[in-house]
Amino acid sequence: MTRPQRIALYQALAVIVPVLLLEAGCRAGIVKPLTMPAPSAMTVGLVQILASGRMNAAILKTLANVAAAFVSSAIVGIAMGAVIHRIAPVRRLLEPLFSTYYAVPIYGFYPLFIVVFGLGDAPQVLIGFMLAVVGVIVSTLNGLDSVPRVLTKTARVWRMSGVQTALQITLPYAAPHLFTGVKLAAAYSFIGVIGAEFIMSQSGLGYEIRFAFDNLDNGVMYPLILLILIVSVGLNMTLDHWDRRLRARRGAGR
Amino acid sequence: MSRSLPWAPVALIVLLLVLWQGAFLLAGPDALAAPLQTIAYLAQQLTTPEFQQHIAATGTAFLIALLIAIAGGLLIGLMLGLSRTATEVAEPLLLAGNSIPKIALYPIVLLLFGIGLSAKVAFGALHGIIPVAIFTMSACRNIAPVLLKSAAVMRLSRADRIRSILLPAALPDIVTGVRMGFSLTLIGTVLGEMFGSQSGLGYLLMTAIGLQNTQVIMAVTLLLVAFAATVSTALLAYERRLRSRY
Repeated sequence: MTRPQRIALYQALAVIVPVLLLEAGCRAGIVKPLTMPAPSAMTVGLVQILASGRMNAAILKTLANVAAAFVSSAIVGIAMGAVIHRIAPVRRLLEPLFSTYYAVPIYGFYPLFIVVFGLGDAPQVLIGFMLAVVGVIVSTLNGLDSVPRVLTKTARVWRMSGVQTALQITLPYAAPHLFTGVKLAAAYSFIGVIGAEFIMSQSGLGYEIRFAFDNLDNGVMYPLILLILIVSVGLNMTLDHWDRRLRARRGAGR
Repeated sequence: MSRSLPWAPVALIVLLLVLWQGAFLLAGPDALAAPLQTIAYLAQQLTTPEFQQHIAATGTAFLIALLIAIAGGLLIGLMLGLSRTATEVAEPLLLAGNSIPKIALYPIVLLLFGIGLSAKVAFGALHGIIPVAIFTMSACRNIAPVLLKSAAVMRLSRADRIRSILLPAALPDIVTGVRMGFSLTLIGTVLGEMFGSQSGLGYLLMTAIGLQNTQVIMAVTLLLVAFAATVSTALLAYERRLRSRY
């Protein structure tokens, strides 16, 4: 067995063994069904819920809001990163904001957004956007910082316009960093939207979990939690895989 | 990276206050409270015993959660970081765990721990422990091999190796992890108070939404933001001093 195969085997074991232990604990009655149903029961419940289609509206709602937060934060983040990178005083002014931003409890602003914007989709998308956008800006700045001076000088020698330089030199060179930012944006958008839905909302997966939780409906709550775990981990692993491939092709390693 | 200037934080605070005042003028007093009014209200609230009790409730839960997150994260990070295989196995799993919206796990925490202090603490620690573990682990991995080889040559015991090589060399990265863990634990604790709790700042926020009481919402948010930003800035300054030593 090669080393990567062995690592993958250990990783699979690190996930499967605890799940099997939990299954055994649930079947043996050590874990009460009121606390947690067995993983197999959760999976069956999830399949039934998905097959019945009664959560489709909630799932679509959440995905649409996550997509809105993700796309807006990626576009705004990269654009703002590019602009801030060009204007040194602005960057110096904002540097302390970037370094402390993720210390700020963004969810704390959610009540305010509800009061200002009402209980529609806007507050949730805004929370996802706010969580995601600064990560994208910082990654963009790092990416643009990594472009060697010789490349930008070459662009000047060839008398390339600002747009040409950005499209043909800086953005392609900074692509791996930009992708890291985009990856962060996906995770943060998801976390932000689900969290906001859970705190207070009228629809979406987070809302459905909260609703089931308030009604002690474990038969719905745990399958939905499982769905969120699968989607967030799956999304993260897919993006991480592309991220590694992008970096490996660039020869930057890790 | 451009060095931040000493005046930058002050200018930034002024800028944010101006933006806040502008938003207030735009949105009107029904939607927002003005900066000065909020600061005055917060200052007045800070002297009332009721508000102090909420702060004490959040503070107690937060401190216990932070201790658990830091101690647990350090332990996990050191244990995994000492072995290359363990690091390679654990890193993607920890990163994936970090991308989970932990709020979805809140019902499980509440069912396991019941309503009260322990659920808040558990939820706070759940948020903070993974970043501390990730940074500690990669800090151990990033130590210059020459240091570890010297330790091997000097036949240091495992405990000595951790105490006099690993911890000092990894300290800057560990402080980064603690800084991340600090803010996430605070978020987790306050989130934990928003549901199934009768006290604390999260509870205050939640009841204020119900009453549409903007003044309370903004005062509590301001307090949390100011506290988080201050501690985080201090930790960042400490981290930069540590890094400049090497």
